[in-house]
Amino acid sequence: MTLLELVLLIPAAGFLVALLLPKGNPKLVRNFALAVSLVVFLLSLGLIGAVTADPQHMQFERSIQWMQSPAIRYHIGVDGLSLWLVILSTLLTPICILVSWNSIQKNVSLFYAFMLLLLAGVVGVFVSLDLFLFYVFWEISLVPMYFLIGIWGHDKRIYAAVKFFLYTMAGSVLMLGAIIWLYVKSGSFDIPFILDSLGKGRLTLGASEGLWLFLAFFLAFAIKVPLFPLHTWLPDAHGEAPTAGSVMLASVMLKLGTYGIVRICLPLFPDAAKASANWIVVLALIGIVYGALVAMVQPNMKRLVAYSSVSHLGFVVLGIFSFNHFGMDGAVYQMLNHGVSTGALFILVGFLYERRHSLEIVDYGGVATVAPWLTILFVITSLASIGLPLLNNFVGEFLVLQGAAVANFPWAIVAALGVILSAVYMLWLVQRTFYGATPAAVKSHFTDLSPREWAIIVPLVALMLWMGVGSGSFLPAVRSSNDQTLNLVLKSTYARQSSPPAELVGRVTRPDLKESADAR
Amino acid sequence: MPGNYMPSAAELFRFSPELLLTAAGTLLMIFEAITSPKQKRSLPVFAFLSLLAALALAVAASSDPGPAFNRMLQVDGFATFFRVLVMAIGAVTILISTNYLKQAEHEGGEFYSLVLFSVVGQCLMATANELIMIFIGIEVSSIATYVLAGYLRDDKRNNEAALKYFLLGSFATAFLLYGVAWIYGTTGTTNLSGVRGVLLDPQNAPNAILISVALGLVLVGLLFKVSAVPFQSWAPDVYQGAPAPVTAFMATGPKAAAFAAFLRITMWAFEPVKNHWIPVLWFTAIATMIVGNFAALRQSNVKRLLAYSSIAHAGYVLVALTAASKTGTEAAMFYMVSYAAMNLGAFAVIAHVARKGERRVEIDDFAGLGNRQPLTAAIFTVFLLSLIGVPLTGGFFAKFYVFKAALDSQLIALTIVGLLNSAVAAFYYLRLIVIMYMQPAPEGVDTLPEPSLGIRTALVACSLATVVLGVFPSLVLDIAGRGASFIR
Repeated sequence: MTLLELVLLIPAAGFLVALLLPKGNPKLVRNFALAVSLVVFLLSLGLIGAVTADPQHMQFERSIQWMQSPAIRYHIGVDGLSLWLVILSTLLTPICILVSWNSIQKNVSLFYAFMLLLLAGVVGVFVSLDLFLFYVFWEISLVPMYFLIGIWGHDKRIYAAVKFFLYTMAGSVLMLGAIIWLYVKSGSFDIPFILDSLGKGRLTLGASEGLWLFLAFFLAFAIKVPLFPLHTWLPDAHGEAPTAGSVMLASVMLKLGTYGIVRICLPLFPDAAKASANWIVVLALIGIVYGALVAMVQPNMKRLVAYSSVSHLGFVVLGIFSFNHFGMDGAVYQMLNHGVSTGALFILVGFLYERRHSLEIVDYGGVATVAPWLTILFVITSLASIGLPLLNNFVGEFLVLQGAAVANFPWAIVAALGVILSAVYMLWLVQRTFYGATPAAVKSHFTDLSPREWAIIVPLVALMLWMGVGSGSFLPAVRSSNDQTLNLVLKSTYARQSSPPAELVGRVTRPDLKESADAR
Repeated sequence: MPGNYMPSAAELFRFSPELLLTAAGTLLMIFEAITSPKQKRSLPVFAFLSLLAALALAVAASSDPGPAFNRMLQVDGFATFFRVLVMAIGAVTILISTNYLKQAEHEGGEFYSLVLFSVVGQCLMATANELIMIFIGIEVSSIATYVLAGYLRDDKRNNEAALKYFLLGSFATAFLLYGVAWIYGTTGTTNLSGVRGVLLDPQNAPNAILISVALGLVLVGLLFKVSAVPFQSWAPDVYQGAPAPVTAFMATGPKAAAFAAFLRITMWAFEPVKNHWIPVLWFTAIATMIVGNFAALRQSNVKRLLAYSSIAHAGYVLVALTAASKTGTEAAMFYMVSYAAMNLGAFAVIAHVARKGERRVEIDDFAGLGNRQPLTAAIFTVFLLSLIGVPLTGGFFAKFYVFKAALDSQLIALTIVGLLNSAVAAFYYLRLIVIMYMQPAPEGVDTLPEPSLGIRTALVACSLATVVLGVFPSLVLDIAGRGASFIR
């Protein structure tokens, strides 16, 4: 059993065990879930060495036949693209379990069991190299999140949970259709095998066929991302989910969509991806500006952060469809950044909620005077989210903007608008919540951070700083696996009108990012 | 057939499961008359064991496949597949029924003997290689089921269900019989292989219009039995009115057998003229999926909801039939197995929650089940997820194989409609999960007793089957593949 399999299977086993643990003892289940998730996190750190040494090839690969007909393989592996996403998932799970420590009081064992199942599901999506397996994990991750929102959420939780499930389901059934179609054509679900067949010409997809398949996959991913105008499930799901649910949803589950685009849509259907790039970029740009504008006027903190996610994820999609190294690297880095900083924002909002029992901004004010540490951490996280230099989002957003500028300069102008607007809504939120007069209700409710809360938030804030100043620890692995994807996309015959200069396209190995970061 | 025909020992062996069940059913009626009320407790055990014995015989008989009774029956892998399935369905039905009948104060041996007779009819439908045998099988199965639907004779809803089922069912079988007569008139035979031979023979090919009319009439009867649009309107009323265990049986056993006959007729006898029936099934499949799913969205009664859901599922199976291929046949066979497992399980839960007089069959009656009986709710959730088609359940692979078969045959539009339908369907199954887990039980709700031993056994068996089918589907698919080998 490889290390990667342990990371995948321990949470799944933990799910079953957590269900069987005695119901009357919430403490036992909490400790068990925390222990399992910490072990999985530590194990996942063991993946780093081998993958960063050779990020272009799948590491810890394992391929066994699951069934003969249809030929479904249990084929997993991790490369530079999936590595950090796997670690992000394993890191956030123990954090989310700690976040829920006191706030989850009903059906405790079921809650932690679902957290572990969710971890198994999302890691499964990130490491699957078989389309069928990918789909299985994709759907499995949906089930625990549905219950997390529906059972432990806020007032309108049922509406939000059902909406979330149906949106995702509607997208994924079409993806299933496309997967079966590919199987009928190629006789395999195995992604590397299909890529090989496409490369060697054993499998050819007609232009319109490729486009329809691309769209079927892309729709499923775009709903998950979510790309404007498919985003309407997101504010409801985020707004109504418990804190842990919001964090996992924003930090990990949205990335399933962007990951799917990079892992499946681009390599399998490069021509279709390029043919539709302009349309997709327009939607991404609308999402960036629209998400930011709507975030600005939200009276509810969670919904504000949710809309900011629409805006941030628009950057990711923009970066991907710029089809150059800057954009792609920035997009993948931005997936991680968004996971860390938006996850932290949801957690901090959760802290506020636990004290004041309200998510409405008007119920707050002057928190800085009663909880200075909480305020400082919130401000740092907000600044990270805005994209302040030295903090993580800056690196990602800069690269995406650079990539967009190279591809088509007006795109970068519109996207930069999103950066400015993000400062408006975040700083305004900070001002209304933490400064100004302190209402009596806030004064009487507030205490500063408890040790548990410190333990939750410090790793994330430290990571924001590290990812902001030390992007060299993370980016090289991402970059070399992006090289492969980009090569596949760019070498195919269809040429886009505003293609980037040849010297940028052809450069497979580039100087270390530090140089380009210094150069700017 | 010669007048002095004597079946050989091998033929009798091939027919032995039906013989055994008929004998057991008759014995049950006699026992019912001569045993004391206390001894009657053992009657369901006897019925259950005889079903298991017949099942073992059916498996044994498959080691010596071949025709029986002058090629009226064909005992092959296909027949064995469906025989075993309908007998297993009968056995689970008995498990669900015992406690239900006790609560209703209507315990009696005739219930079980009717179940056995109905199973005999369904076995005949699965084994028949002859239109007249299919007709007899349908009649044997249906007449027993008509009585079962109205088994609680003091209950108004039972009576309504039985009468409706009887009237509409007789009408449909009349169509079928009329179609058989037409087929005899045009081809000169009612033997399925004979019909195939005539249709394949270019020299004396029958008139295309006549054969289409004949086939159309037969299809009316079959589509009625599988509750496909536009012959579905009986199903919701009958499923809602009949006792819950009988509904479980009706929704699975007769349907599986009807699809067995359907497959033999379309994929074997009338395979040479498949261009005539593929368009018909194409439209029927789409209409059945859409009507079933969209009508189910608006139901508040759980039995009625599952009735519409079973209409929708018939639509998915029809998609597999429309594919008109070996993979399509395998997919349909696999579908019936996983459909039977999840539906029997779901109805078992309903029978358990409904209790005496079936006063608790509204969706709201399931509120808070996740807290009141976590295990029952969890198992019900497995069935519902399987009905939605979530991976790692049998329902997922069932749909997967169906749509794969459809895409193999280039039925793209049909596949897309089917896939979108399964997203719509998620909504009404989720409503049940929502109610069980996300809404508290109303104040002052009476306590739900623990499920009886029979129900518990049925739930464990069905949920295990659902999960195993979802993880190792090839166990059943390979058998289905061998069964479907009569298709080229």
